[in-house]
Amino acid sequence: MDALLHQIFSGIASGGIYAGLALALVMIYQSTGHINFAQGEMAMFSTYIAWELIDYGTPYWGAFFLTIVFAFAAGVAIERLVIRPFHNLPVIALIIVFIGLLVVVNSTASWIFGTTLKTFPSPFPSEPLWNNHYISNHELGSIGVVLIIVAILFVFFRYTTLGLAMRAVAENPISSRLVGIRVSWMLALGWGLAAAIGAVSGMLVAPILYLDSSMMGGVLIYSLAGAILGGLDNPWGAAVGGFIIGIMENVLGAYVIGTQLKFSVALIVIVVVLLLRPAGLFGRTVVTRV
Amino acid sequence: MAEQVKTSTTSTVAGQPLSSVPLVKSATAQIQAVPLPRRLAGGRAWGIGAIVVIGALLPFALQNFYIFQLTLAMVYAIALIGLNMLVGYNGQVSLGHGALYAIGAYIAAILMNSYDWPYWLSVLPAGVVCLVFGYFFGLPALRLSGHYLALASLALAVTTPQVLKHKALEQWTGGFSGIVLSKPEVPFGLPINQDQWIYFFVYAIMLVLFLGAYNLLRGRIGRAMIAIRDQPIAAEAMGINSAIIKTSTFGVSAFYTGVAGALSAIVVQFVSPDSYDFFLSITLLVGIAVGGFATISGAIYGALFILLVPNFAGELSKSAPWAIYGVLLILVMYFLPTGFAGFVRMIGQRLSAMFTR
Amino acid sequence: MGALLSVKNLTAGYGETVVLHGLNFELREGGITAILGANGAGKTTTLRALCGLCRRRGEIEFDGKRIDNLVAEDVVRLGVAHVPDGRGTFAAMTAEENLRLGAYLRRDRDGVAQDFENVYTLFPRLKERRSQQAGTLSGGEQQMLAIARALMLRPRLLLLDEPSFGLAPLIVQEIYRTLRTINQQTNVSMLLVEQNATLALDLADHAYLVETGRVVISGESETVKADETIRRSYLGY
Repeated sequence: MDALLHQIFSGIASGGIYAGLALALVMIYQSTGHINFAQGEMAMFSTYIAWELIDYGTPYWGAFFLTIVFAFAAGVAIERLVIRPFHNLPVIALIIVFIGLLVVVNSTASWIFGTTLKTFPSPFPSEPLWNNHYISNHELGSIGVVLIIVAILFVFFRYTTLGLAMRAVAENPISSRLVGIRVSWMLALGWGLAAAIGAVSGMLVAPILYLDSSMMGGVLIYSLAGAILGGLDNPWGAAVGGFIIGIMENVLGAYVIGTQLKFSVALIVIVVVLLLRPAGLFGRTVVTRV
Repeated sequence: MAEQVKTSTTSTVAGQPLSSVPLVKSATAQIQAVPLPRRLAGGRAWGIGAIVVIGALLPFALQNFYIFQLTLAMVYAIALIGLNMLVGYNGQVSLGHGALYAIGAYIAAILMNSYDWPYWLSVLPAGVVCLVFGYFFGLPALRLSGHYLALASLALAVTTPQVLKHKALEQWTGGFSGIVLSKPEVPFGLPINQDQWIYFFVYAIMLVLFLGAYNLLRGRIGRAMIAIRDQPIAAEAMGINSAIIKTSTFGVSAFYTGVAGALSAIVVQFVSPDSYDFFLSITLLVGIAVGGFATISGAIYGALFILLVPNFAGELSKSAPWAIYGVLLILVMYFLPTGFAGFVRMIGQRLSAMFTR
Repeated sequence: MGALLSVKNLTAGYGETVVLHGLNFELREGGITAILGANGAGKTTTLRALCGLCRRRGEIEFDGKRIDNLVAEDVVRLGVAHVPDGRGTFAAMTAEENLRLGAYLRRDRDGVAQDFENVYTLFPRLKERRSQQAGTLSGGEQQMLAIARALMLRPRLLLLDEPSFGLAPLIVQEIYRTLRTINQQTNVSMLLVEQNATLALDLADHAYLVETGRVVISGESETVKADETIRRSYLGY
């Protein structure tokens, strides 16, 4: 029983990580209807920036927020410079561009920052709360941060005019222009926010997985699975989906299919969810009249 | 707005009418639809004939290393034509064809290694297994489109290497270390070396498969595939059974890719789980994008690109070859959205317009 | 009274195709002007050209300002609301969110709240369905939603692209009645594109007949109605 609890808690902990990146994916999906396959790599790159800042002597939280600003700016820049020219091209061309971006960011990171593993500090105290041996403070803190982001996003999309405008752009760019929304800036804003959220998730992952250019590869797969499970159009859903995937990965990995086949959990979840409930557990199914 | 009305009968997922965006620009299809002047069509047949002959003569003019590279390029070309059927012609995006390639390679390797089958007999079973597998993977794919299918197939791509490494299969797959195969002997006492022989072996299979693809894609079924890609509802309304076409396309595409995988095992004489990682799937997709979606000749350009450009990028910069590769990829998509095949065709049309005037 | 909108020598098209070949017309403040014509005459293109949704050349003056070099987002900012063909509602959003988007550019919260009340009074059905996904509304309700969304801008000029399209006659009558009410209550000017000439001429005070991208007949509605060609080809008696 204790072993199972352990698996569940470490599942929740890794779930928090997946949830973080899943939120970033949802951001771009919400505003553009695309799935950014390079999201994990962008997060990894931002984490390196944070590492450099800390290495340079910047206090942790200073580096944290500076990195968020950097990531936001980089996200906006990437959208304007790389993605924008493709806005008229078909989805498949865009997927190729995302993949190109993934490759570029990944190899640039290992080129600039080297290939040795780097330790990354955690902002949370190392002594576990209540002396529990299930979950570390860093993991608890990460979960807390993710929940805060979810709450902010939820309010942002549901209740602010800007959030509403971003959703409108994703759904119908022409009608959005006709109500006066500056579409191209909304898209860039979506990318900026996604990159910022991704950076946060990267900085939360790094103390656990060690910083390395391939750090986010596996995380991306699980996060995608989580986002799809929860619903790509719903921050809450994507976060919950991330947690569920984390728990499934650990529990199934330990007891059912063995750790060697962990990725297949993601595969099975993605396929089953897409088949049975393509909008995800908490996504809205849109019905359209013909 | 007409487009919205049209697509809204398909199930829209999570606020996004996914199918409202054409997956593959039909510009290429339109270009193809322009009837070629008869003289040019004849010229084209001559051109293709010449290329086939040159292809058969090349191994006598090149060093073994280049013969090996070209053989590998042909193997890729077979996989690319398979993938292009699915992605380019039928509009189903797969990020998982590396997995099918791996399955083909392993089936062939296991048949040769554990069951002592001759290499030339192991190619077809590998293709058939992939055909069946692809067909069944195509069933759930019926309900997925665009990004979603890409995702599901991506998960397949990352799972397969893990399965291949798994202990339960180790007695056949050799686990992490994979399987080492022996190099095929030259039969009938032909006066050529082994590399030349493998080249001809692959060359013959490639010609057959290209011919098959040409007949399939330029005929009724090919038109049905394109119709489903561009106008799914209209295609159904015209009596095309899109479920059968889509799953069969998946199957045939998997067959081609599986055959390519089997040939790669024979050519490289080695299979291991990590040679078939997610990057292979991406590489294949890159190949068809660069070669040109929904083109047959594009497979050749694409294969040369994915084989040569990493080397070239490595020579250009020792520290960041993949970064250059990625940048090149983005630039090609931007400047040549119809790929090299589209580019070559455009040049050809310009030239013929100059001469026919 | 000066013209609110005046268009001189407007050409417009898509890609290499030219649809409008030098269109001239005017619209007075508070008036309703109809543009009539058959399929493919260039009616929809006219509206799109005014909004900057397609390539165009010529002089477009709105309220004394040249707007022919503005993009759609900026034309809207001057108070030109467009109800596009096919209605252009945000199908995945609720009716109320659609209306909120209509008021995207407005910063006067009280005024917006007041306008919510106004459009719900004009279209009581939308109030009933305000938390329903727009995509699930009936065609008539969606048309009402599209008009209501445009009104949320508190526009000075309303561009209406075939509000009768694909709707049952009774619904069409209801919508046209409401349009007249809107015009009388708010004095918003309207530019109406319509194939159904009878309806349009009843509502409008001025009308232009467009054929293959050129104005062929223009004048007061009554005059146009009496025109022999119009009567035979477009009114059918």
